[in-house]
Formats: sequence, structure tokens, C-alpha cells
Amino acid sequence: MMRRVLFMLPIVIFTALVAFCAWRLILIARGDTPDLIPSVITDHPAPAFDLPSLLADQTGLKTSDLKGHVTLINFFASWCVPCRAEHPLLIGLKGKGAVLAGMAYKTKPDEAKAWLTEMGDPYDVIATDYDGRTAIDFGVYGVPETYLIDKKGIIRFKQTGPLTSEVIRDRLLPMIGELNQ
Amino acid sequence: MKRALCMIVFALLAMQSVALAVRPDEMLSDPALEARAREIGQSLRCLVCQNQSIDDSDADLAHDLRLIVRQRLMIGDSDEGVRRYIVARYGDYVLLKPPFKPETYALWLGPLALLIAASLGIFFFYRKQKT
Repeated sequence: MMRRVLFMLPIVIFTALVAFCAWRLILIARGDTPDLIPSVITDHPAPAFDLPSLLADQTGLKTSDLKGHVTLINFFASWCVPCRAEHPLLIGLKGKGAVLAGMAYKTKPDEAKAWLTEMGDPYDVIATDYDGRTAIDFGVYGVPETYLIDKKGIIRFKQTGPLTSEVIRDRLLPMIGELNQ
Repeated sequence: MKRALCMIVFALLAMQSVALAVRPDEMLSDPALEARAREIGQSLRCLVCQNQSIDDSDADLAHDLRLIVRQRLMIGDSDEGVRRYIVARYGDYVLLKPPFKPETYALWLGPLALLIAASLGIFFFYRKQKT
């Protein structure tokens, strides 16, 4: 009896290993890749920042501006290719219950403006983070990255990489609805 | 002769350290502070090229993080304080050497547990064979 159990052991271990690898592969296919660094800022208040506006006729953006309404902060750059793919989705998020704040990351104001003229401007307010210092305080390690912030200024959700229509439908819009209640 | 030459070449290659990405304009004028910055930099992971330290990486973000490390040192922060400052933004993942805490017990103690389990297995296997 004992011998038979021992004999089966390698097969059991092997099956468990295959199951584990399959599970990881499915997660990777869903976007949970090993290079995705878990956010430590989620459920914490947004970091202190005070950035100038990109456009002359707007005010800039600072931490205290985040209070009182749901905000979606999107770090983008004119040189960022995935941002191009994401942009139409941001335009679709206009007027869906969150103030859309753009952060022009390491982008020259002229280039950011040209990019918005070409692609369309979904943002209610756009700040320039030219040296990328505020991005580091948020834990940004590549653009685009998007943060959903509640009425109290606490970060509730982070999307690393471009938003997708699935993420918007399944996570972002339900959360925005919930936070607005 | 050829063999000796080969050995010398390989010995030299082994001695050569990995080229650093730290730029001369980043370096602090105080050698003691710069040495501390290097030590910290080599313990921090570059978030872009994730198997390199920020000192080894040419990525823009690594450059920015090297500057932050130096700024923190200049205002008198401790080595541990600087690391905490970066960890507060990017999490434990940014440390090339994972800290020893409940989430990482399996990582640190796993190999030891495997070694003990395997030793016990071999011990009982041979004891059984003898009898």
C-alpha cells in the first residue's frame, strides 16, 4: 500500500506542477504578466503635488483639487505608442462621472498640444509633469498609467499600461458609479 | 602557451565589473556620499529593465531614481531611509534582495525545507534498503 502511494507521488506532483503552470499562463493571457509590479499606492491618499497647466486658459492641478469629485488621472506622453491606442477610449470616458485629468509626462508642452490637436482632447484639466517627479510619487514606471481617485482624494484603482474596453466596462465604470454614490 | 593566454584573458574578463550607467554629471562631489549612493543604487531594481539595478540601467526612470537617491542623501537621509522612500512608491519589488517577512517566508525558507525533506527521504529510503 505504502509503496503504491510512493509510486504515485511523482505523477501527483507533476500534475500539480502542470496545473500551476496552466493557471499562471491563463493569468498572463489575461494581462497579469510577471513584469506587472503590484501598486502600493492603491487605497492610499494621492501624493502631494502641484503642477502647472499645459494650456494657458486652464489652472494647473494640485492634490487639494482632487477633493469633492471622482477623478481619473491619466499619465500620457506624446512619444508613447500605447497611449495612442488608449486615447479613443479616454474620449469615450468623457462625461461618465469622473473628472478626467491628463498628466503630460516628460513631454514638451508644444508636443503635448500638437498631440491633443491630432488625437482629440478628452481631458477636463491637463497638467505637465515635465521632469516626471510627480509620476514617481504615484509609482508610475511606464506610460500610460491611470489612477482612479475617490472624492476624498484616495486612490482606489490603478491601471498599469493602456486601458482596455474590458477594463473600462468591467472595473472602471462600475467603480466610478460606486464612488459617486 | 595558448592555454595560458586563454586563462589570462578569462581572468581579466572575470575581474572586469559590469559597466555602470551612472553618468558623470549625476555623481556627487563628496566621495563618501557617492559611495553610499552607489551601494543603495545597486540594491534597487530598475522598474523598466527589471533584472538590472538602477546603477546598471540606462533607462530614463533609473536615471531619475539615481538622482532621487542622491537628493535624499544630500538632505541627510540614512541609507535605510532612502530605500524606504523608494519602497513607499514602488513597493518591496524595487528591492533586488527581498526582505524577510511573512509574505517571503516561503521564498527564504523554501529551499531549506526542500533540503530537509529530501534528506529525510533519502535517509529513510536507504535505511529501508539495508534491512
